[in-house]
Amino acid sequence: MTDTTFTQATARGWLRSQSRWSPFEIIFWLALLLPFFLFPTYLPLASQIAIAALFALSVDLILGYAGIITLGHAMFFGLGAYCAALLGKAGWGEPISGLLLSGLFAGIIGFIASFIIVRVQHLALLMITLGLGLLTQELANALTWLTGGTDGLRIPRTWPIFNYFRFDLWGYTGYGYTLAVLFICFLLSRRIVNSSFGLALRGVRENIKRMPAIGSAYQSHQQKIYAISAAMAGMAGALLAQTTSTVTLEVLSFNRSADVVVMLILGGTGRLYGAIVGAIIFLIARDQLAGVNPQYWYFWIGLLLMVVVLFMPKGILGFVSRLAGRRD
Amino acid sequence: MLTRRVTLALGVALAMSTSALAQETVKIGVILPYSGPFADAANQLQAGIDLYIAKHGDTVAGKKIELIKKDTGGPNADTAQRAAQELVVRDGADIIAGFALTPEALGAAPVAEEAQKLMVVMNAATSNVTEQSEYIVRTGVTIPQVNYALGKWAFEEGGVKQAYTLVSDYGPGHDAEKSFSAGFTEAGGKMLGSDRTPVANPDFSAFVQRVKDANPEAVYIFVPGGAQPAAIGKALADRGLNPPATKIFAQGELTHPEALESMGENARGIITTFHYTLERDDPLNKEFVDGYTAANNGRQPDLFSIGGYDGMHLIYEALKKTNGDASGDALLEAAKGMSWDSPRGPMSIDPETRDVVQTVYIREVQEVDGKLQNVVIHEIPNVKDPLH
Repeated sequence: MTDTTFTQATARGWLRSQSRWSPFEIIFWLALLLPFFLFPTYLPLASQIAIAALFALSVDLILGYAGIITLGHAMFFGLGAYCAALLGKAGWGEPISGLLLSGLFAGIIGFIASFIIVRVQHLALLMITLGLGLLTQELANALTWLTGGTDGLRIPRTWPIFNYFRFDLWGYTGYGYTLAVLFICFLLSRRIVNSSFGLALRGVRENIKRMPAIGSAYQSHQQKIYAISAAMAGMAGALLAQTTSTVTLEVLSFNRSADVVVMLILGGTGRLYGAIVGAIIFLIARDQLAGVNPQYWYFWIGLLLMVVVLFMPKGILGFVSRLAGRRD
Repeated sequence: MLTRRVTLALGVALAMSTSALAQETVKIGVILPYSGPFADAANQLQAGIDLYIAKHGDTVAGKKIELIKKDTGGPNADTAQRAAQELVVRDGADIIAGFALTPEALGAAPVAEEAQKLMVVMNAATSNVTEQSEYIVRTGVTIPQVNYALGKWAFEEGGVKQAYTLVSDYGPGHDAEKSFSAGFTEAGGKMLGSDRTPVANPDFSAFVQRVKDANPEAVYIFVPGGAQPAAIGKALADRGLNPPATKIFAQGELTHPEALESMGENARGIITTFHYTLERDDPLNKEFVDGYTAANNGRQPDLFSIGGYDGMHLIYEALKKTNGDASGDALLEAAKGMSWDSPRGPMSIDPETRDVVQTVYIREVQEVDGKLQNVVIHEIPNVKDPLH
């Protein structure tokens, strides 16, 4: 009868065992360096994938772990992008401080928005996030003097990173920069989901009514993760603005919010690598299919999505881990 | 044995000649919104490009023309930028062209600048596009170009002393409102007021009532294509705001043949300004329209088609001038100041601004042979963009 009490020490041990690095993960991250050597002409695509992966990661934190469904997360992506763009336009082109400021800005707005978000669930939550996203886009459209409206903004080239790595035409710096930011944010997310806070979030996702019953303040948990996720989405947007030197209303569009959910469904929600794998598959498929047929490539994306949803309900990674015989 | 050697030699010669030919290509990257809500514009523009190539062959100055198409999916500056980047570094494109929408052109401009490639903007109609890079040449139209001219004409020739504007609340609408008002007031006219309607607006009656209350001599309207021309035409007619009592001014898309069909009788008497008139009586234009409709199942050309067609003309003529040298600087020099007769009428490239200079047509919707169509009532030659 000695092992029936689940002591704090074993809980900590369990969390620690969850956060141990597996060799697969190390290989995965090393593989992300391959484009530098194998596909140097695909680096612009690779950096857009890294940006999309970061955005998908931010949505996974709330959708996959905290059970907050959203169709308006492009709002924070766009706010970050415009923040970085306006900083650049005002004459401050230093990338890293610009990135952090944009993330902070999106995070603050996310925290404010979270007061509404935590009060609703399910369909109402979808509508609220959708509405907030559309309102933000319309606001940006109305503020043409600030945002450039439908024409978009062109910003001066971002300054070299550490005053040394210039943003080049081939995209070496662009990919190195976006990949580094993705990796750091991934480490952060990994730390979050494998903490007791992350465990509480999963509890919220599984049964929101039981959490108060065991004395867990689920609303403040949700608010925290929502603000963190908004900041991360804002950083993804800032990366896009900084690496492409342009920003348009499209960064706030419903399409972007929907695409990121599609990426998550493809890769598998509730697992951090699902976000990255989903972004890789979605963007490479789009690039290749659009190359074959620039008009009707969306058909194939739709087909891919249907196949994944029908035959791999837990996404491609969920399918792979089932094949490997591992339980979630 | 002999035959074997001959075939071998032939094979080698063939291989060499094809490899020689392969070096003799000029690659043109075409960046357009082939998918998404603007796919129709992209198809019309592409059809203009294709018609030019079909008519003039795919070889210029000894070089074979090869098109590489890239989709942007809509007004996405980042996708356009990546497309341009890939065209230059991966596909080895010599020229980048296309650009139906302004954000696409803004996105690709830094790449053209850095890679020093000629960039032919075939439509994107915001004034500042050509200022984004020294390598940009535009063959389409700018919104201020046609609307400023209309504003000026309305006061000087149209006999209108005061007017009202009603435009859709987005970039092109703002540009149109600004440039029409500028042309009109600078000539001496007075603006009674201006209103903006939501971009996707199904009902104009409240807005039109406001216009009616101001009792202007003329109203200038700008709405995106689709269902809106018919809706606003109806709202204006319902409130009795129609010609000849009140003049209606607009940019040419409003009374494009397809829109005219949906507007019906309400279109009669509307005065529009445009750089291309489908019905203009001119042998070059007739040949263009006939060739276009024959190649596209009866679909008629529009502003996108003519922009693509003339854009290809510019590329072909510039290549002829440089004897096939496709470097950005050589082509740019050849393009500056170039002038030619297009199906739209005489046009040229301003050597200073690299922007299009062309005739602006003031047209009125009139009945011809029992059918409503745009009839040119005035021509203003050599109009430049007023904002440069």
